Amino acid sequence: MKVLVPIKRVIDYNVKARVKADNSDVDLTNVKMALNPFCEIAIEEAIRLKEAGTATEVIAVTIGAKASQEQLRTALALGADKAIHIETDEKLESLHVAKLLAKIVEQEAPELVILGKQSIDSDNNQTGQMLAALTGRGQGTFASKVDIANGTVNVTREVDGGLQTVALKLPAVVTTDLRLNEPRYASLPNIMKAKRKPLEVIAADSLGVDLTPRIELVAVHEPAKRSGGIIVDDVAQLVDLLKTQAKVI
Amino acid sequence: MKTLVIADHDNGSLKPETSKTINAALKLGFAVDVLIAGENVAPMSEIVASIAGVNTVLVADHSEYAHQLAENIADLVLSLAPDYSHLVASATTTGKNFMPRVAALLDVAQISEIIDVVDADTFKRPIYAGNAIATVKSLDSKKVLTVRASSFDLQGEQAPAESRVVDSVFSSELSAFVSVEQTESERPELTAAQVVISGGRGMQNGENFSLLNGIADKLGAAIGASRAAVDAGFVPNDMQVGQTGKIVAPNLYIAVGISGAIQHLAGMKDSKVIVAINKDPDAPIFQVADYGLVADLFDVLPELEQAL
Ligand SMILES: Cc1cc2nc3c(=O)[nH]c(=O)nc-3n(C[C@H](O)[C@H](O)[C@H](O)COP(=O)(O)OP(=O)(O)OC[C@H]3O[C@@H](n4cnc5c(N)ncnc54)[C@H](O)[C@@H]3O)c2cc1C
Ligand SMILES: Cc1cc2nc3c(=O)[nH]c(=O)nc-3n(C[C@H](O)[C@H](O)[C@H](O)COP(=O)(O)OP(=O)(O)OC[C@H]3O[C@@H](n4cnc5c(N)ncnc54)[C@H](O)[C@@H]3O)c2cc1C
Repeated sequence: MKVLVPIKRVIDYNVKARVKADNSDVDLTNVKMALNPFCEIAIEEAIRLKEAGTATEVIAVTIGAKASQEQLRTALALGADKAIHIETDEKLESLHVAKLLAKIVEQEAPELVILGKQSIDSDNNQTGQMLAALTGRGQGTFASKVDIANGTVNVTREVDGGLQTVALKLPAVVTTDLRLNEPRYASLPNIMKAKRKPLEVIAADSLGVDLTPRIELVAVHEPAKRSGGIIVDDVAQLVDLLKTQAKVI
Repeated sequence: MKTLVIADHDNGSLKPETSKTINAALKLGFAVDVLIAGENVAPMSEIVASIAGVNTVLVADHSEYAHQLAENIADLVLSLAPDYSHLVASATTTGKNFMPRVAALLDVAQISEIIDVVDADTFKRPIYAGNAIATVKSLDSKKVLTVRASSFDLQGEQAPAESRVVDSVFSSELSAFVSVEQTESERPELTAAQVVISGGRGMQNGENFSLLNGIADKLGAAIGASRAAVDAGFVPNDMQVGQTGKIVAPNLYIAVGISGAIQHLAGMKDSKVIVAINKDPDAPIFQVADYGLVADLFDVLPELEQAL
């Protein structure tokens, strides 16, 4: 079974994003970038499926500028067998990303696609669901457990009220939540080996997908700042202030 | 121009997010119809009909919709879409699950988790864990939106609107319901509570969360947690507050033994009043707290319960 894992290069999760002075966008110059944490979890799951003998090949794919090859190399170092870079300097929307990924799904025919549930920059939480719709596949979003047997994948999903399990017919699309697994770190020998693994580059505009923007970014602003608070001496003062000053209890 | 809101519910009870999502939808300026899809939804459809501003309630009552599988609900919404310019759902795990599917099948972009309606095409939404607010304009003819309910108000009541039965049944072969493990709790829902008290890694284990119970009882509070507390297995996943968990904005948020990572702040920094209890005076949570108490939580939680 082939597994396709779409991954995204994003701001490192420890870095706090800053808004540009002209309010046109977020300023990403010289900011540390990394593999989206949910994509790390997706790669880990695919590799575990391979180690368990369920998957035969793990392919990582990313859509983005040249620099995102760094994240593909990370995926290869973690254990992916090959990588595909769909190159573009445009800022694509989830729908475009899903349409480009659908082309790769057509080409590679993976039985399972594992994506992150959301990227920590745009926080959209859309791409996996859109890809499932466009490829006519069932979807198991926000997965905390994935079990594959007899042409079916059972996905336990983290939902607002607890956990829900659905059974999807393969081929299918899964998106990862935080508790699915704990990703490993790449070892130095594997990082070296990854440099020799195949990485195919495809121009985004060669795939016949209409990439016209559907959303215009009008402005980006800082959120309202909270004014600084006070440190109280003890519980008695806290309760008193909550009653008399904040009036919330 | 007309708006369709898809109601969110859970085994017989309408989610409070639905009323707030209707509040957001009314700001678009068009008539708002509400679809309620599920099994045995008649009692809930009456509640929906009485939410102020609702024009018509569309009721799709069938066992195929019982578990709100994304594949079936998306096809149902798609069949109704030709009559509407705007399709709107709450950004709950249900709305987040089926709505992008609807958008892709309509070949339009989705705008996720809006926190403000500027006009019928233009919306504000948080990006980068809430560290920036983007104003985005949809260029599509049809808009597909999800709403961050904590940013909108509850609607009042009205004399019941009329309702109409939708009898088309969509049953996808692609997925099937297997089981559900519902977290049982007598407390208010995290996203609806006026007061939330959350515990973090500092709580040390699941048993110690009981230290929060007495306080929550006295304040009518919901209990939340940081990701670290969920990952460590202290409490179930649906208690996670944050960028990738639940977004809350209660009148009072009390963070206990939580350091205040960006991802946690993203889920609670719009609360009206924030209290932090942490033994580390340098913990980042104090930067957003209105009232900070530097203390060992095991000393002060029993005291706090007493003092309330
Ligand atoms: C108005 C506007 C402003 C934007 N501003 C910025 C910006 O400031 N900075 C910026 O970096 N981007 C920006 N973008 C691009 C945007 O953030 C995303 O790249 C795009 O929407 C697709 O990914 P997502 O974040 O929506 O995916 P989500 O649905 O949130 O991500 C889920 C998963 O989809 C997969 N996935 C997502 N994107 C890719 C990809 N490119 N390649 C492979 N797999 C992928 C991953 O598995 C990921 O975990 C902007 C887009 C628009 C429309
Ligand atoms: C992709 C991604 C998504 C994430 N999403 C979320 C999310 O949605 N929500 C979320 O919360 N986190 C999220 N995180 C995790 C986040 O980065 C932090 O790791 C997490 O919030 C830390 O939890 P904590 O504050 O409980 O633990 P810690 O950071 O370990 O803090 C524990 C605090 O407890 C205090 N403490 C310890 N003992 C006591 C005591 N006896 N009395 C008083 N204080 C005490 C300590 O001083 C410390 O400040 C995410 C991370 C990633 C990478």
